[in-house]
Amino acid sequence: MSELKKTFPIKGMHCASCVRLIEKSLGRVDGVSSAVVNLATEQASVVYDSTKVTDTDLVSAVRNVGYKAGVEQELKTEDQQKIEKEKELKALRNKVVVSLFLGSLILWGSFPGLMQFAPSILQNFWVQLILATPVQFWAGLVFYQATIPALRHRTANMDTLVALGTTVAYVYSAFVAIFPQIIKQLGVEPLPYFDVATIIIGLILLGRYFEAKAKAGTSEAIKKLIGLQAKTARVLRNGKEVDIPIDQVVIGDVIRVRPGEKIPSDGEILEGESSVDESMVTGESIPVDKTKGDIIIGATINKTGTFLYKATKVGADTMLSQIIKLVQEAQASKAPIQRLVDLISSYFVPIVIMLAILTFVVWYILGPTPAFLFAMLNAIAVLIIACPCAMGLATPTAIMVGTGLGAEHGILIKDAESLEIAHKINTVIFDKTGTLTKGKPEVTDVVPTSVILSDSDITSEESKDLILQLAASLEKGSEHSLAEAIVNKGEAERVKFIKVVDFKAIPGHGVEGVVDGKKVALGNMRLMERENIDITHARSDLARLEEEGKTVMMLAQDGKLVGLIAVADTLKETAKEGVDALQRKGIEVVMITGDNQRTANAIAKQVGIKKVYAEVLPQDKEKIVRELQTTRFADSARRATYKLPTNIVAMVGDGINDAPALAAADVGIAMGTGTDVAIEAGDITLINKDLRSVASAIELSRKTMRTIKINLFWAFGYNVSLIPVAMGVLYPFFGLLLNPIFASMAMALSSISVVSNSLLLKRFKI
Amino acid sequence: METDKIIVIIAGLAGVAFTYFFFLRKREKEVSVTDEIDIKVSGGYSPEVISIPLGKTTKINFLRTDPTDCLSEVVLGEFKIRKELPLNQKVTVEITPQRVGEFGYSCSMNMYHGKIIVK
Repeated sequence: MSELKKTFPIKGMHCASCVRLIEKSLGRVDGVSSAVVNLATEQASVVYDSTKVTDTDLVSAVRNVGYKAGVEQELKTEDQQKIEKEKELKALRNKVVVSLFLGSLILWGSFPGLMQFAPSILQNFWVQLILATPVQFWAGLVFYQATIPALRHRTANMDTLVALGTTVAYVYSAFVAIFPQIIKQLGVEPLPYFDVATIIIGLILLGRYFEAKAKAGTSEAIKKLIGLQAKTARVLRNGKEVDIPIDQVVIGDVIRVRPGEKIPSDGEILEGESSVDESMVTGESIPVDKTKGDIIIGATINKTGTFLYKATKVGADTMLSQIIKLVQEAQASKAPIQRLVDLISSYFVPIVIMLAILTFVVWYILGPTPAFLFAMLNAIAVLIIACPCAMGLATPTAIMVGTGLGAEHGILIKDAESLEIAHKINTVIFDKTGTLTKGKPEVTDVVPTSVILSDSDITSEESKDLILQLAASLEKGSEHSLAEAIVNKGEAERVKFIKVVDFKAIPGHGVEGVVDGKKVALGNMRLMERENIDITHARSDLARLEEEGKTVMMLAQDGKLVGLIAVADTLKETAKEGVDALQRKGIEVVMITGDNQRTANAIAKQVGIKKVYAEVLPQDKEKIVRELQTTRFADSARRATYKLPTNIVAMVGDGINDAPALAAADVGIAMGTGTDVAIEAGDITLINKDLRSVASAIELSRKTMRTIKINLFWAFGYNVSLIPVAMGVLYPFFGLLLNPIFASMAMALSSISVVSNSLLLKRFKI
Repeated sequence: METDKIIVIIAGLAGVAFTYFFFLRKREKEVSVTDEIDIKVSGGYSPEVISIPLGKTTKINFLRTDPTDCLSEVVLGEFKIRKELPLNQKVTVEITPQRVGEFGYSCSMNMYHGKIIVK
């Protein structure tokens, strides 16, 4: 029985009867020995048998009677595990030091070439036996502890091989030390091999020590993400600001955040403004300005101002928690490439044991004298050199580092399979509105006409400012989406808004009003026709802007056309670079949109996309994805390289409107929106909203796959080439044999090299 | 051929045959689970093969009593679950299978194996 005490907050208690109810419910859980609930501190302290009771049991016991227990299952066990891991590592280090020290003494006293210089006491067999025994049964106990229960399950593993190999060496040596005469009578020189047993144990444990340290590095990304979580929140309760632990924050709480502080949970700003550094969660490098009504993400850092916000998501629903869950799931998933490894590793150890037996037999029958010693040492070398660990670690460690690295840069990969397919992508389809473009109209051009420019007192720049000032002042009263774009532009350019009188909105045409005593009209062609305004002097500019796919508004003052204002959905800053990066890799880039052909062409031209599908209904996007999967592109360099029968297509779009197309694609890449990580929508989610990350994700996949292949090559190559060497296949030709001590050294290095190679992936710059 | 060599050959072949049958020809009994099952983690998983119903949430409680480092994590790859199994502490995993089939699970180093059959 393993007793644990846990104290956790309870929410929703009002009176003493609540206390009794919860205590009773907790006490009824099989394995709970005591449960004490404190109304004042709103906490429960429970003592329970951790072999019988889980956190989930405690939470449901509290929930069953109508309350909420804030047991931070993940975070608390995370801490406990860390302490345990550190303790285990320390114990392992001690075993390594002791066994290598004692092993070296034995080696000094028994190894030909060294033993001549050793004190005679170390050459004594009995002394060697005494030195070797603690190494075999104290340091090496772990191998027996793993082997015995495994044998009960009729399973064999790495530890079985080490236990078998070292036990054979130890038992034979002990027999030699105790009964040297018997060995002599058999015609064999009585020499013990305690050095083999002890040094093998020392080196393999040393390998495990380094491996454990390196392995901790592969799951660093998750630990970093968990560490981002704020610990407390400054909440307004009953008109007072109080600091409370983060797990006690509930939806609707109003929280104050001061400059430099971490934002405790997801929410919406109620008051104040600031600039927020979201890089740690979304990977977006530039701080984002936030003001009233804006959504903020928990665990990001408030840079400048103080603000009040309302918590809209807490606990497991926050964006950070969702990201952590997604990354954890991805790291637990299996890449298809691992299937073969799984199959081989299930047969590997028994086959090695059979090979060791055969090695013994062959050397005993055909080997030189002393045949028994050759047979025994070579059989031990076979057992020791085999390293199933390296094979087991090859794929998962690389997947863990790869997915973790992506998450740190705002690229969330749903599972190992998506990561594996992504490296084969040769066609990327971008949705236009909201993906390549910002999805919101913006003023792109302000063009003064010859009428205003002919006024000799005004420069071109001044005339542009004047046009914008008149248009923005007029549109201030309008609610049209194009009006919003003009007003925003006016505010951004800091124009002085002038009071408008007699404002009139004419549906389908535009707006009119009197500004500074002059009659001003802003609208489309129909408005100009209605007002009998001559537009001939601006026709060429008008045609050019419309050709660029922009919506043009005309501004007339006192019956004369003075300027044009073009409004368009503009490209995201990273769109051009994102498309370029893909094209440089030889990937075919395609754009798909429901918009008209002219606007689509204009946008495609700006980013350098040649293949455009315009006027596509939302339900038809999926069809085009399927069509592209079977289309052959003659000019695609990557197709030729990979000799693919069909295209591997990625669709980049938002997770809501493009969901069917994302699902139809080989890899669906969803652009992150707000604080909802559209987990189900895409195989890869770009929460950094950076289009360059599409190419980065593909590159990350290529690098991860390369690491996996190198790992598998080493792990398999190592076993396939060195097991025969240990069996002695080189002996008839070169007289070469593998000393079991070197075998253990090679074995320890093989796992470390695989894990280290996976860690090298971290150096990849996204 | 000398007697000792003959003995070694016979014993060796017997050893190979024994290893083959002992490790590679074992048949695990399948345990049918409806809601919840405790799986003991010691030198492997007992029971090793379980069958669970399709579309229904099944609780699997792992209890590791074996200090072997290898077993300190369990990976249910098909269900995207990787869980630390602290020694002597029950850890619950909930799965709701969406398709029928046989799904293997293993320790983090892929050395100990168990199987979940979804029916």
